[in-house]
Amino acid sequence: MSTIVTLPDQTTAKLPKRNYINNEHGLMSWLLTGDHKRIAMLYLVSITFFFLLGGFFAGMVRLELLTPQGDLMSADTYNKMFTMHGIVMIFLFLVPSVPATLGNFVLPIMIGAKDLAFPKINLLSWYLYMAGGIFTIAALVLGGVDTGWTFTTPLSTHYLNTHVVTTATAIFVAGFSSIFTGLNFIVTIHRMRAPGMTWFRLPLFIWSQYAASILMVLGTPVLAISIVLVALERTIGIGVFDPTKGGDPLLFQHLFWFYSHPAVYIMILPGMGVISEVISTFSRKRVFGYTAVAFSSVAIALFGMFVWAHHMFIMGISNYSALVFSLLSMLVAVPSAIKVFNWGFTMQKGSITFETPMLYAMGFLGLFAIGGVTGIFLAALGMDIMLTETYFIVAHFHFVMVGGMLMAFLSGLHFWWPKMTGRMYPESLSKFAAVVTFVGFVLTFFPQFLVGYLGMPRRYHAYPAEYQVLNVLSTAGATVLGIGYMLPILYLGWSLKYGAIAGNNPWQATGLEWQIQSPPLTENFVEIPIVEQEAYDYEWLAHQKEVTTVG
Amino acid sequence: MANDATTSMHSEVVAPHDVHEHPWYQRHHFETAEQQREAASFGMWLFLLTEIMFFGGLFMAYLLYRNWYYDAFVSGSNTLSLFLGTLNTVVLITSSFTMACGVWAAETRKKGMLLLFLGITLFLGFVFLGIKGIEYKEKFDLNHVPGAHFDISEFVNPPAHSHEKPLPVDMANRTQIYFSLYFAMTGIHALHMIIGIGILFVLLYKAWQGVYTTGYVQPIENFGLYWHLVDIVWIFLFPLLYLINRH
Repeated sequence: MSTIVTLPDQTTAKLPKRNYINNEHGLMSWLLTGDHKRIAMLYLVSITFFFLLGGFFAGMVRLELLTPQGDLMSADTYNKMFTMHGIVMIFLFLVPSVPATLGNFVLPIMIGAKDLAFPKINLLSWYLYMAGGIFTIAALVLGGVDTGWTFTTPLSTHYLNTHVVTTATAIFVAGFSSIFTGLNFIVTIHRMRAPGMTWFRLPLFIWSQYAASILMVLGTPVLAISIVLVALERTIGIGVFDPTKGGDPLLFQHLFWFYSHPAVYIMILPGMGVISEVISTFSRKRVFGYTAVAFSSVAIALFGMFVWAHHMFIMGISNYSALVFSLLSMLVAVPSAIKVFNWGFTMQKGSITFETPMLYAMGFLGLFAIGGVTGIFLAALGMDIMLTETYFIVAHFHFVMVGGMLMAFLSGLHFWWPKMTGRMYPESLSKFAAVVTFVGFVLTFFPQFLVGYLGMPRRYHAYPAEYQVLNVLSTAGATVLGIGYMLPILYLGWSLKYGAIAGNNPWQATGLEWQIQSPPLTENFVEIPIVEQEAYDYEWLAHQKEVTTVG
Repeated sequence: MANDATTSMHSEVVAPHDVHEHPWYQRHHFETAEQQREAASFGMWLFLLTEIMFFGGLFMAYLLYRNWYYDAFVSGSNTLSLFLGTLNTVVLITSSFTMACGVWAAETRKKGMLLLFLGITLFLGFVFLGIKGIEYKEKFDLNHVPGAHFDISEFVNPPAHSHEKPLPVDMANRTQIYFSLYFAMTGIHALHMIIGIGILFVLLYKAWQGVYTTGYVQPIENFGLYWHLVDIVWIFLFPLLYLINRH
């Protein structure tokens, strides 16, 4: 059943006199805050900075690849560029993006809590993130690092004289930031839910954050220990990964990917949660197959823990384990497909409107589907041996990470922006930005599937001239994509002061976060709400009389 | 208008909200002290889980190489001092016992006892590290530390009185993997002890101020969990590193 919802008249909306932004003033009130909403804003500013930094490196990579010759930079500089691009984008942007900004902001409100369970640890996680960022910048300023983001041994331990240990420290520290966010979320979801907020009344965003948090807590420590062992091997010469001493470099791969493959799901699961919220809100329908979508998040987390060796099909793991890991990798497609089909069915016969978050969500659906299906190509052993280490892989994970996760992040950012700031972004400009992003993205990365299939290897600064046309297309697309990303930064900043006042619930969405004022009070709820309705209950919302307080 | 109502409601709500019935240590965002205690305890257990995963990577490496290089692991293991290892195990288990007594003292609000037990735990922590330091020094003296000065001659030509089996040169080289893991595992374990000792100083100071003997037991209890985990990790390390072929 879909319900026709009339959106509220925003011309009468007023900014609340007291909210979390004007509750306290001064820099220190932000730097020492325990308020999850302020910490979310701190994170938002910091990850935007690192996104721009990572984007700069991506731009340099694309610019170098405009021509077949290595004419803009030397091979070593190029190696440093793509390494820094990977490290900054993965550890300092994608992993914390949705959980630490949007999740931090709305997760406690969605479950009816006044804050996360451990506000001080939440703040500590932001400082650890910043410390990780500073170590990364230090490594960059001192001369960069060129191991690739994977720290592959023995390259990283024996053959490079760049700042591997500094970068390793950065990732170790930033990893703890991620662990603490995940730990905080799990405890909050278990122990802080409002009365009546049962597990199956939780918005699906919470389920996906929960699944991602489990992966953060279980996976990140293994990354930490493998990074420690690399650093110990470089500094004091222990030999756990050193073949000359009897160590096995493949063990490093196992330990590293034991985190870094689940990390892919750490990155995408929170984005899937955003898409569930957005598609339901703008279709005015309960998410089709709520339970299936909820459990598919957990299933992705579970299967995702047992597929890591598909990164090593060409590295000498046994044929039998390659078969098993190939099968398990394909199985991840099942819960992912459950989600995509259920989002499709949610829209069926819904009252769909195409506000900006919905446009980004539609972009997500298409791009994530392509990214997911090409993932099955790569999970197939024979195809993988041909396609691995080519641009096909690059295109595949950018479709999932950028086309999927970044679209979801922008969707969620626009969706919750009125709640976070109390103001609307300019609608037509943002719709334009969403379309530009989509077009730019496809133009950048679709040619990479082709050029990868034709055999262009990744991680080289020069290539045979026959690949140039596709590379020029890709670089042109990257320029369009860059404009698509700059636009939101500009108009969202503009809207902080000049945007229309949003009101409490501009989308007529059902989540608890939309039933309180925007921006919220520091303590979120005047009284803790008592939850008596299911998630996405638009009938309940239509018959709500008072929307200022719940319960 | 609605927002004005929210603001005025707020000032009405706070006062009758049993503010004074809450214990002083309850943070504002928890409904009850019980909820806070459960959350803190659950969070600590999750943190211990991350610690297990952290050490898990090392245990994985140990498992692999011990299967590959069993003879080297036996020879390397036999150079460790069984006496010092056992002594350290006893010291650490005793410190876990005194830590548990400390939790009991905090729960029963006995400040003197709490200070005493935390003090003994701290002392035993230092004893453990001291003994570990003696063992490390011996490794440096024997050139058993991985790196440029690593010396395999003792494993290729063992002294006659030791009854050790001589190893072929390539297997003797693999003892370096054993000592790599020995130093990585015991070193990271010792680092956890050092962090624990640092926290113990803070806890002792606050306990001396009387913070933990008025019903606010959670920090003591959580630190106890941490200390026990560090202890349990050692209980796995001891047989794996010291007792490979000593049964």
